[in-house]
Amino acid sequence: MVDIFLWVVFPYICLTIMIFGLLYRFAFRQLTWAAPSTNFFEKKWLKIGSPLFHYGIIFAFFGHVMGILIPWEFYQTLGISDHMYHFGAIYGGGLAGLMVVCGLVILLIRKMIIDPVRIKATFADYFSVLAVLFVAATGTYMTIIYNLTVVAYEYRATIGPWFRSLFIFQPRFDLMTDIPYIFKIHVITAFALFASIPFTRLVHIFSFPIRYPARPPQQYRSRSGYRRQKV
Amino acid sequence: MRIKAQVAMVMHLDKCIGCHTCSVTCKTTWTNRPGTEYMWFNNVETRPGIGYPKRWEDTKRYKGGWVLENGKLKLRAGGPITKLANIFYNPNMAELEDFYEPWSYDYDNLIHSPKRENLPVARPFSQITGKYIDKPEWGSNWDDDLAGGSENVKRDPNVEKLQEHIKTEYEKTFMMYLPRICEHCLNPSCVASCPTGALYKRDEDGIVLVDHDACRGWRFCQNGCPYHKVYYNWNTHKAEKCNFCYPRTEAGLPTICSETCVGRIRYIGVVLYDADKVKAAASVEDPKELYKAQLACFLDPFDPEVQDQAREAGITDPWIEAAKESPIYKLAIKWKIALPLHPEYRTLPMVWYVPPLSPIMNHITNEDELKTDGYIPAVDQMRIPMEYLASILAADDVKVIRKVLLKLTAMRVFMRGKTVGGIDEFRQSELLKEAETTPEEVVEMARLLGVAKYKERYVIPTGRREMDDDLFYQQGACSIEDLAPKEGMNPRYGMMKVRENL
Repeated sequence: MVDIFLWVVFPYICLTIMIFGLLYRFAFRQLTWAAPSTNFFEKKWLKIGSPLFHYGIIFAFFGHVMGILIPWEFYQTLGISDHMYHFGAIYGGGLAGLMVVCGLVILLIRKMIIDPVRIKATFADYFSVLAVLFVAATGTYMTIIYNLTVVAYEYRATIGPWFRSLFIFQPRFDLMTDIPYIFKIHVITAFALFASIPFTRLVHIFSFPIRYPARPPQQYRSRSGYRRQKV
Repeated sequence: MRIKAQVAMVMHLDKCIGCHTCSVTCKTTWTNRPGTEYMWFNNVETRPGIGYPKRWEDTKRYKGGWVLENGKLKLRAGGPITKLANIFYNPNMAELEDFYEPWSYDYDNLIHSPKRENLPVARPFSQITGKYIDKPEWGSNWDDDLAGGSENVKRDPNVEKLQEHIKTEYEKTFMMYLPRICEHCLNPSCVASCPTGALYKRDEDGIVLVDHDACRGWRFCQNGCPYHKVYYNWNTHKAEKCNFCYPRTEAGLPTICSETCVGRIRYIGVVLYDADKVKAAASVEDPKELYKAQLACFLDPFDPEVQDQAREAGITDPWIEAAKESPIYKLAIKWKIALPLHPEYRTLPMVWYVPPLSPIMNHITNEDELKTDGYIPAVDQMRIPMEYLASILAADDVKVIRKVLLKLTAMRVFMRGKTVGGIDEFRQSELLKEAETTPEEVVEMARLLGVAKYKERYVIPTGRREMDDDLFYQQGACSIEDLAPKEGMNPRYGMMKVRENL
């Protein structure tokens, strides 16, 4: 029962909240949708903390794509041995994790000690920083310490297939029952974090302006619904 | 040819008395909300001076505007790829301290202070942190009227460029006012800097606006604008800027800064331009040629072919008529006495300035005995160095400034001659030739600059609304549609509710 809740019901609830929350906020609360930068108030701490965190988390995202979304069989057909994979994952992923954690700690300290930044920070701001910090810390701990001291855990056999099975609506929760506790905590808190996205500053993840390089530099617009017509 | 209409402004600096009425009325209209306290869509700077934000003309620091690299026009702060790489931290952005920490006063203390020996005071407090600031040290016009004198004058980026030493001794110094709003450029670098495409130039009147729904607060527009006229609202995390009071101009009224201008220095009108020429004009190799290149983008509204093409492009007859009557067309294009602010930024700005003349004329002591041509050396030795004006208004091209000043001087001498005699001498004078003007033109100029009434200074055609959706509903609504009562709702009910609460 508990396993069904944790590995089937809970992830779907979280993803549903995320998707519908984002749609709602996009449709009705778009004025609140922004990357709430405090670059305007303070530069020195941000210069180190923000790129460290953001580049780290982008790096970590692609690490998760490699480990969770891409099946084990893919690496086997490419001829990448498990040892080679884990060597890359531990050092590459570990570096990304450390970047995220260090960056977040810097940003958190900045949020607490720089006057205007602290005063303008909301509960949701602290929540998202702390939540991301917790998830990232467990992830970094798993990647570096657990993998090096206990065992290089083969999540490509358990967490990966389970995660992919969520998207074909045939969740294989049985795979998740025996994974190490630290991995369970990481996965559960990550899903909880996903559910919180629509209610926090994290919405800006979904507005990364990927189309900017392809866009013409000058933008012209007419009044609402205003079409050029011949007189 | 792609004809577009642009609503533009000219400010006649000779008439600016530096009273800041424009700034204050703009402030109370647009930026008196939390998050906007530090913003002045309109501000008046004393020149020479640091400006607002501090040293905004320092392009090395803020990296605003465009540069020409190997013949190609590029944003100085870097193209889209550089921007996306810097999106997590913008190194060039002006901080709050580059503007100033906005403050108010604790007026409440004046009323609610308990009885005590000394008078209660209203202490200044920060509108950002709420903490008391015992000594405000900078504000948007802190160096007003050369306050801070020799210290602040030296930090003016235009002064730094000058070879000759600027005198700051009281009796030798010079001073002028420079009121600034958004330039509503033909080639706006803020628009090109916006990763989301939230900033745009309006097709029908060229006003540059921010779509607040689309804005994601990536904040590249703030320093992308070389005039530093886009501001970051720290409360909503969106960009805000001068909107040329579009709810007013759409109704045919001048902007609030113009409406309330005490010196009546401002002129608003329509110009027609060819949007296809803009890019080439902004890409001219020599910065000194940019002014001429921009002039070449404008079209003659009296040319029947231009009129036909304009109608083809959807510009209505009232707009074409307004373009003919436009004071901007006369001042900037026909008489060429108004100049763009910092054309070297390659944004093709559309708020132009007639340079100030009065300090030179004060310099002339024996005007009664002065021959007409004696005014020419007076222009060359004017109190405001021509190099300084050229640095602001003509990309360091002194010739352009000199011509304008000679023309304004010719106008002054002619109008003076009409009263005290000497018009015949003026007609034969070198001054008239060097200024390349005619007595007829000079009279027209004097009328527009000196005595023009409201309707002549502001020729603003109303915005087209006939193709808007649901005009029946909008007829009772104000320009800010969202504030209008919902369709079918009785507005009186809402008002009564408010009264009950009181």
